[in-house]
This record gives sequence, structure tokens and C-alpha cells, in this order.
Amino acid sequence: MKQGPGLRIYAICYLIFLYAPIALLPLFAFNDSKIIAFPLGGFTTNWFVVMWEDAQLFKSLQNSLIVSSSTAIFATIFGIFAARASTRYRFPGKAAALGLIMLPLVLPEMIAAMSLLVVLLAIGVPLSIFTIILGHVLICTPFAVAILTSAFQSLDKSLEEAAYDLGENAVSTFRLIILPLVMPGVVSSLLICFTISLDEFIIAYFLGGTDTPLSAYIYGQFRFPARVPAMLALGTILVLVSILLLAIAEYFRRRGLARTGAKDTGGFL
Amino acid sequence: MGQATTKRRFAGSEAANGLAMISPTAIYAVLLLAAPLATVLIYSVLTDTNGVVSGPFNLSNYAEVWSGPVYRSIMLRSLTVSLAVTLVTVLVAYPIAYFVSFHVPASKKSLWLFLITIPFWTSYLIRVFLWKVILGYNGVISSGLESVGILSEPMSFMTNGAAAMIVTLAHAYAPFAILPIFVALEKIDRSLLEAGQDLGESRLVTFWRVTLPLSMSGVIAAVLIVFIPTVGDYVTPDLIGSGKFPMIANMIEVQMLKVDKQAMGSAIAVSAMFIVAVVSLIFLFLNRRFLGGPR
Amino acid sequence: MIEFRDVHKYYGDYHALRGITATIRSGEFFSLLGPSGCGKTTLLRTIAGFEGISSGMVLIDGKDMDGVAANVRPTNMVFQSYAIFPHLSVEQNVGFGLRKDPRSAADKARAVAEALDMVGLKGFGGRAAHALSGGQRQRVALARALILKPKVLLLDEPLSALDKKMREQMQVELIRLQRQVGITFILVTHDQEEALVMSDRIAVMFDGEIAQLADPETLYRRPNSKKVADFIGTMNFLPARIVSEAAGQVEVEAQGFGAVTLTAEQCASPVSTASPAGTASPASSGGAMVGFRPETLTILFEGQTAQDRETMATVTEVVYYGDMTYYDVRLDGTDLPMRLSMRNVFGRPVLDIKTRARVAWSPGALVLFR
Repeated sequence: MKQGPGLRIYAICYLIFLYAPIALLPLFAFNDSKIIAFPLGGFTTNWFVVMWEDAQLFKSLQNSLIVSSSTAIFATIFGIFAARASTRYRFPGKAAALGLIMLPLVLPEMIAAMSLLVVLLAIGVPLSIFTIILGHVLICTPFAVAILTSAFQSLDKSLEEAAYDLGENAVSTFRLIILPLVMPGVVSSLLICFTISLDEFIIAYFLGGTDTPLSAYIYGQFRFPARVPAMLALGTILVLVSILLLAIAEYFRRRGLARTGAKDTGGFL
Repeated sequence: MGQATTKRRFAGSEAANGLAMISPTAIYAVLLLAAPLATVLIYSVLTDTNGVVSGPFNLSNYAEVWSGPVYRSIMLRSLTVSLAVTLVTVLVAYPIAYFVSFHVPASKKSLWLFLITIPFWTSYLIRVFLWKVILGYNGVISSGLESVGILSEPMSFMTNGAAAMIVTLAHAYAPFAILPIFVALEKIDRSLLEAGQDLGESRLVTFWRVTLPLSMSGVIAAVLIVFIPTVGDYVTPDLIGSGKFPMIANMIEVQMLKVDKQAMGSAIAVSAMFIVAVVSLIFLFLNRRFLGGPR
Repeated sequence: MIEFRDVHKYYGDYHALRGITATIRSGEFFSLLGPSGCGKTTLLRTIAGFEGISSGMVLIDGKDMDGVAANVRPTNMVFQSYAIFPHLSVEQNVGFGLRKDPRSAADKARAVAEALDMVGLKGFGGRAAHALSGGQRQRVALARALILKPKVLLLDEPLSALDKKMREQMQVELIRLQRQVGITFILVTHDQEEALVMSDRIAVMFDGEIAQLADPETLYRRPNSKKVADFIGTMNFLPARIVSEAAGQVEVEAQGFGAVTLTAEQCASPVSTASPAGTASPASSGGAMVGFRPETLTILFEGQTAQDRETMATVTEVVYYGDMTYYDVRLDGTDLPMRLSMRNVFGRPVLDIKTRARVAWSPGALVLFR
């Protein structure tokens, strides 16, 4: 289809609009000035040093790593079960079960978080990293299910039957045939759930009690203008890490497609 | 599976296997989502007494939410902001989706989608704070304009709290809107459009009469994907509004955690869910003729 | 060696297999032939163990397969999509079933190489499975199945995904393989040409039942119902009236042919008494038909005489195929044209439309359908 340049210019402008705020991160993280405003001061890596020396920050980082790794693993495991059930079996109540599992995608996060909080407080469970993990697994599982369903769906059903025909049983078929073929999906799911959990704020803030993961820590620090540049430095690193993880996930997705010879439909969705 | 167990047992075993396979995930969802939501529902018709929720059953919380002027104005504001955000976001997103679907060669489409979704995967909190930095008093825009001489003294671009929030939210939810529209546009059979042109229609007419209706299912999905989370957003009103323009989520926080009135907070939450459901259903109903479209 | 005894299968309310009774002999190339949805693939899968049955028995070598899992049955299957494991190499694919085999790695490697050689893929062992063409994948699937020396090889529409040339090549290959290996091959196909070319015997299936089970020649020359006759090759039909019947003989008045005497063997008798719609016309003696194949009519040229009977006809359509010419001729005294096929002999002209011609035919080639 022939087109004029108008739409393309619009698209580029839109991309600039999308990336503008994020571009500010490195800009002011390396800026030698206490306030986030023009004109720019000189170049400095001081803020990164300040950030690095913050002991509280390291504790938060540690919390985040524990929370996000656990979330990634559990959400992916739950995702494997649900995706396999969804693509391979017919059973009563399937739509309802999947609907409930995917519900967090259409529920405002605040409501899910507050509801969970109410129950936890009523039962008397103390708020900690553990409760954050509970909440994060809840909201990450739908993403895992979506990614893994796509992976399982591209599996030819005859492959399983062929494995049976050649003498394997359910467990060995899963180990030798199914798992290797959905592995790219599993890796993607792990990376994506990790990233979502790392960046998530509401549950981390309200369900953490005295334990603060990184996002809650950053939120607290934003109240102090003096701390802001250091937080921007941290933000720069976080954004880079997120992008890196995402790029790796995308790489695995494409490699998985190449391996099985399937077609690229353009993205996780 | 595929065991050769004969007779009717075979039918039972597939269903049993399926149920067993989905049960871990389903049970988790029941325990951590269904049960809490049910609890909130129950709490909403109970009473707060000194930080403890107890009987008797009554609808006084709902009465206050729906008739009290403070709550009503906050609900209304949340609704209008979300609808405005949805409108702006979807309108701005459609041309991008169209661009990537129709004007980008197939091999580059993944790349464009990837570029568009990257900002989505970075911390929402950081992005909102960056908008505060951009729009605030003596912020990036203000100081930038000042240093090139357009402004003579610093100002804030956030004085219109609603407008500032709309900009921030539209930025955050842009990818949510682009992707479903893109998917719907991709599904359109290109030969339909070429046939239209072959019969003498102009490009604009083809778009209006063929492309747009066929992509409506994606537009509807985009509207819902943007509207629903925006209504319940906490961070943007908190950081951009600086607490002066609270929305539903901030209200819930106040009730639940600050003044310890969980029954009240529950009533607000349930009301919010109700409003979201009603608006969504109205929207779906109005566009029902687009929903049974080609898959 | 494979026996079905009154096998029924239901999917919920849907009656997929209705009382299948048949025996497949050891070492034969057997085909299940029929249109989509007739149950042939379902039947094949009950042998493999991927489908259970609702009642009746499936026996392999005299043993009832009830409760025997697919992964222990003495059968192996070539799937319609070939089901080659994309993440493994050709070698790994072919050797997959040998995983629990106690032989040494060297012995296994040798077996794999032999299997590949047998299917014409010598040296392909190291290739990645996902980089193969359709025909190559099929050979890998064959090697993978045959290396395990099953008693029965099951093939589910193995040639449907190939282009015409490849298909013809593989047809010859499969016949050669079967003779070489000597085991029973059971093939499912909807392509009647394929079945005729490759099989020792064919079971024609419609709607979950076996309509006729016979060798290709019998199926072609003596179909037992109009439906089978229509499905295999082309058959011409002319209305006929039954004049009288005696022991072993039927007197018939056929349109265009006149009075003909047919033997009992030439009368089609469908297997199932509950004839599905579309078989013979109503059982009154007025509504019968005689059927005959295109090659049983011959156009007589200058100086040729009929070996049996002769009549006049008008040419209505000519289709030239290179090695054959198909004529549509309307026999004198009939309403509709009949298809007639002639081998093109060098020097002989191709007739034009509207030409009058003498047509030779033989009563022995007719089949009576009531």
C-alpha cells in the first residue's frame, strides 16, 4: 500500500513521546546538579556512587531479588500446569477456571492488593516478603499462562503420540519431547515474570510490612528532593536491566521459533 | 496420554487428567483472589467499630459512598479521568497500530512492536515520577523553556491536576492500546481492501467502511484494557496529584489503612468494581455488532 | 493377524464405528479407504491404541488389546504430519525408540544407519530434523517406525501432504519397502487411486461401516453397491428393467443395450442391510441400473469388428489427455452421455464432436445395481 510520509512522521513523534521520559533518566543521572532542571551541570558519576554506598538500598535490592526470583519460578510453574491443561484436555469448568486464573489482568491492581490485605490482616498473617510473593505470583501467573499457552499450542499433538508409539510413557514424553520444545516459552515466562515483579509497586508497598523491596524503597526516597538524583541513577540501572531481560526473552522466543520452524506472529501476544 | 483403556472409562480419564492438571493454579487463584474478593464483598455490608469489622449487616457504607458528596466527587473524577485517558490513548494509538500493520514490512513488525512495548516493561513508578519531574514547578519543561528564553520565570505545568494525570496515564497505557488494535488490524484480509480499491473506492472510504469496522474488536479490547486499570490507579494521583486530586485507589488506601475502616474501604472497592463492570458492559453492548466478527 | 470383532465406538452420542468385523492378514498391504469422516482414521487408531472402543474386540495376533497401552503394542505408526521431533537430528529421531534397547551404542548407530539406508536417506543422519523437505520427513518417519521391527506398520494418510510427483514416487517406494520388510502395512487414505495402486486388499468405508472388503480388481470390476462403484474410479450407469430371474441368472432390459443376460456374480449385493441413503434405488424391479466402466466400451474404427456386442452412438464431448482420450458418447436409445476411454494408438484419429460411431461392449462387463 502506497503511503505518504505523514503517518511515518507521526509514528516517529509518538516513539519520541514514549521514550522521552525514560531518556531523561540517564540524562539527569549523570548530571552534576541537585535539581532536576535545565540548564545541565557537568557530567558526573557521583550519583551512582552515592547510590552504591547506600546500605538500605542493598537490603532492598536483596529483598527484590528474592521476591522476583521466587515469583518468576512459582508463577511459571503454575503457568505450566494451567497452560498444559488448557491446550491438551477438555474438562468441565475449564472456562470458569481459566477465567478466574486470568482475572487479575482485568482487575485494578489496587483492588486485588487491598482484598488480599484484608484477608491477611484478618487471619493474622504478618506482612513480609512472603506476603509480597503471594501477591506477585497472583498477578504474574496470567502472564505466564498466556506465554506458555502459546508455547504449548504450537506443539503438534502427534509428537506426543509419536513418542508413545515409540515406547515412552507420560513422564519420559514430557521430559524428552514436551519440555525441550516449550523451553523457550518457559524461559520467556521466567524473565517476564521476574521483570514484572521487579517493577511492581502497589503490592510491594502495601503488602510488605517492614520489608521493602526496591520499588517501595524508591517510592519512599522520592519524598526527599536531595535523594532524587541518586534514585534516578538507580532508575537508569533498573530500566537497563529490564530492557536487557526483555531482549533476552525476545531472543529466546525467536530462537524457539527457529528451532521448531514455526512462524513469527510478532510478539508475546 | 492416549492409553487404550477401553469402554467408557476413557472419556472420564481425560476430564480427570485435565482437572488434576489445572488444579494447582486454580486452587491458588481461588485462595488468593476469589476468597479475598468474597471477603471484601462481605465486609462491605458490615460495620466498622473502632478498627474492627463486625455485624450487623447494613448498607450504610454504600449509602455513604453513593450519596456522600466527597465520595461522589472522587468517584466522578476517577471516572472522567479514566474515560478521558481512554479516549486520548486509543485515538492516539490507532494511527500507530495502523502504521505498523500496513506500512511496515513484515520482517520489521516484530522490531517495531518490541520498541513500542519496551517502556511498558520498565518501572511504572519511575515513569510516573519522571512525568512529575517533567511537568513540575521548575521541572524539565519549565527550566528548558526558561533557558532558551521562552519563559522568564519557572512555572508548573501540573496546576491542572486532571490534565497532568491524563498525560501521564496516556503515556503509561499507550502500549496497552496499540497492541490489541494491531492484532485486529493484522487479521484483516488485505485482499478485501484491494478489492475495494479495485472497485473505485478512495483510500479514505476504504478505511472508513472496511478497515475501521473490521478492527473494532481490537479497539474495544483496547478501550477495556486501558479503562479498567486506569480507574483503579494509585500511583499517578498520588505522585502527580500530590494528594490534592485523589482517585478511587487513594480513597481505598485511606479507608483501609489510614483510618482503619475496612468495611468502608471494601464498600468503595466493590462500588468501583461495579462501576467498571457497568461501563464495560455498556460499551460492549453498544458495540455488539462488531464483536461477532471474523476470527 | 489383526482382527476386528463387531467393533463399535461412540464419541458421546456420535456413532463413529458401527460394527466393524474384518480380518487383516499377516504380511499384506491393506488399505482403509473412504471419504473424510468415514471412520477410517479412527479405526486405525484403535489398532495403535490411541483410541479406545466402546464394545467389541480388537485382536492382534490373537491377543485381545483391551487395556493394552499404545506404547507396548507391537505396532508402530507413521502420522499424517509425520511428527518428526523438531529439536532432534535425523539420527536422534530414527533412534528414538531404541532408547531402552539394551544393545550397545555402536550397534544402535549401525541399526540407525541401516534404517536410513533402507528408506533412501543414506548419510542424512546428522541433519537437523526441522530442515527437511516433506518427502524427506516422511522417510525419516518410516525409518523411525521400521527400525523397531513392529509386526504391523500403520500409516495415516502418509502421502496427502506431498505433491503429485513426490506422491507417485513414494507409492512405489512404499510397495518396495513393504515387500522388503515383509510385515503387514495398514494404510489409511481417501485417494482411491493410491489404494488401488498399492494394496493387496482394500476395505472401503462409509459412515463408520465397511461397505466392501476385497482386492483392488474385485472392487473395481465388481463393486457391491452403487456407492462403492461411484467412489472407486468412474462408473457409467444406465437405467434397466429386470425382466425375469432364475437360479444364477437375471434377464434385464437395459436402456441403450437392449436385452442382456447377467450372471448372479454380476449382481451387486451391498453388505449392510441397512443401506445408507444413496445406495441402490428403491427395491422395485423397475428402478434398477446397470453399471460399466469407461474402458469396457470401445469405439470401433474402419475395418474393426466387435468381439461381443455392438451398438451406435453419437460423440458429445472429447477430452484429449495425451496418452488417453476420453469420449462422452450418447448411445442410441439413451438420454445421457456415457464416458468412454480409449488408449491413443499412433496413427488413429481423434474423433470430433457429433461424429457417429460404432461402439463395442460386453455383457460380462456390466454390473447390476438394484
